[in-house]
Amino acid sequence: MARDKSDGSSFEKINRIKPGTNLLFSVVMSVLAVLTVLPVLLVFIISITSSDSLAHRSFSFFPESTSFIAYQGLFKTGSRLLDSYIITVEVTALHTVLSVLIMTMYAYVLAQQRFGGRKFYTFVVFFTMLFSGGLVPSYIINVNVLHMYDSFWILLLSGMVGTFNIIVLRTFITTTIPIELFDAAQIDGASDFTVFFRIVLPLSKAGLATIGLFVLVGKWNEWFTGILYIENPKLTPLQTMLTRIQQKLDYITQNSSYASSPDGLQMLKNMPSEQTRMAIVVITTMPVLFAYPFFQRYFIRGMTIGSVKG
Amino acid sequence: MIRDVSVKRKHRTSLLAKFRKHWQLHVLALPVLVYLLIFSYAPMFGVVLAFERYSIAKGFFGSPWQGLENFEFMFATQNAWRITRNTVLYNIAFICVNTTLSILLALILNEMYIKRLSKAVQTLLIMPYFLSMSIVAIVVWGFIGPKGAVTSILLKILGRPASTDLYTYTPLWPFLLVLISAWKGVGYTAIVYVASISGISGEYYEAAVLDGASKLQQARYITLPHLKHIIVIMLILSMGGMFRGDMGLNYNVTQHRGELYPVIDIIDTYVYNALKVQRNTGMAAAAGLYQSVVGFVLIILSNKIVRRVDEESALY
Repeated sequence: MARDKSDGSSFEKINRIKPGTNLLFSVVMSVLAVLTVLPVLLVFIISITSSDSLAHRSFSFFPESTSFIAYQGLFKTGSRLLDSYIITVEVTALHTVLSVLIMTMYAYVLAQQRFGGRKFYTFVVFFTMLFSGGLVPSYIINVNVLHMYDSFWILLLSGMVGTFNIIVLRTFITTTIPIELFDAAQIDGASDFTVFFRIVLPLSKAGLATIGLFVLVGKWNEWFTGILYIENPKLTPLQTMLTRIQQKLDYITQNSSYASSPDGLQMLKNMPSEQTRMAIVVITTMPVLFAYPFFQRYFIRGMTIGSVKG
Repeated sequence: MIRDVSVKRKHRTSLLAKFRKHWQLHVLALPVLVYLLIFSYAPMFGVVLAFERYSIAKGFFGSPWQGLENFEFMFATQNAWRITRNTVLYNIAFICVNTTLSILLALILNEMYIKRLSKAVQTLLIMPYFLSMSIVAIVVWGFIGPKGAVTSILLKILGRPASTDLYTYTPLWPFLLVLISAWKGVGYTAIVYVASISGISGEYYEAAVLDGASKLQQARYITLPHLKHIIVIMLILSMGGMFRGDMGLNYNVTQHRGELYPVIDIIDTYVYNALKVQRNTGMAAAAGLYQSVVGFVLIILSNKIVRRVDEESALY
């Protein structure tokens, strides 16, 4: 914002690159930007390509004929898709709220300069960045001790606490809320709960939004937890479902003998068509792709705060 | 003796008093503390799995001890070398390519003086960052799968029989994975650098222009030194992650084809396959522990080096 204002200043005008260079940069960067989004455009075009043109031609940016039939059949026939959509929305929403809340609570504790337990709590969260038990012990604990295989809980809980996010939130609290405010509240006899819920939460809305968006997009896009732990179709998140369909299709196409066997034929019959798969991709990605331009500055702020050591 | 006891008691009561005074802070920290104990610290003790023949019935600490057998098995085959080499080389390639490209893009984006165009370009460049690896895998399939847009062009040029499958063509994949990683990540990192560049005080540039510095000299002597801190922090973080791969790229995008494994197998895919496909918990845990321990050493070392060079940029 401040940068935009200074655009008109005479110094910026003197210290400009040459118009020719600017033109070159503008053209190269515009081409690069278009190339960046083209792959996603291809997916959208495949999803609206008619079955006739797909049957005897490969994927193309310029299909012979188009049809929106894949979208029409999507939610009607695929109740599995609807299930997946619902579970993904539920998990993402609940996960984001809980994750941001407990991480902010913790970040507030880390922001207490005069609290003796601060060092301990900082170490506890920081050490997880240095060493981790790895996938296998986590898997065994989650499955055999906590019995969370194929359950809603593993989807909700996995990845709920991120060290980096806590550090960003702590930095946000220490840099935006003046310490005098805490002192004043304490003199007035406010408890830590009151300070946290009445002062810290309302004043760090921007920080919460930043981290909340990171958590939200991360959870929406998560596919591996589902691959590891979920079998029940009703609990399968969208991204996991897409990966599973893709894996099955790849398996069939590379085993031509299997593809022509009765089992294989049956499986192929049950597979969604190319357009349908691409249509699922489109409706899975659309919420994020339409929303991010509006929240772009929050994402960038999150990264820039995170790189400042508090 | 008596004095000692009284001192101890005094210490204890003061601890309790401290706890009482701040009990609400402890309550606020509790959810994350419990979460980390269960999901981060318990698995750390779970690494004993790597030294035993695990059975569900006998549990973590009751399963028969196997010593280093799991490790011997892994290092006896070529696998250990292969997954280590692939993991490290991919990470080095990702770091070099992505860091260089994003700094370059940031410098250019910052100089474009039609700010609206620059902003629009930034918004498009950042887009792939928001795609999940499941989506990326399908996008890639749309290009180089059996019916892919690129496959059909290649077939026309090369005139190969239609059975040629790019998902079995090993020389392609290292380059393709680096390209995909750059496509997905560079725009985002570049914009973070743009944000940091716009935070640099204009006075430096004014002084430089007075001294007759060219645009390139300004970039070399003002902008890049100012970005050093954030670049170094990002490099340490990635140094620490040198032994950690991306399942999204090496497993999901590659369709984990057996033919490709010589060039795509990384520690993470190895652990996953050992655990879920071969169901050899001990071997999977051994590979995972190898990854964790070397990762730990790497992050400590890289931070030590950075502290020596530039204390400000160190992680802790």
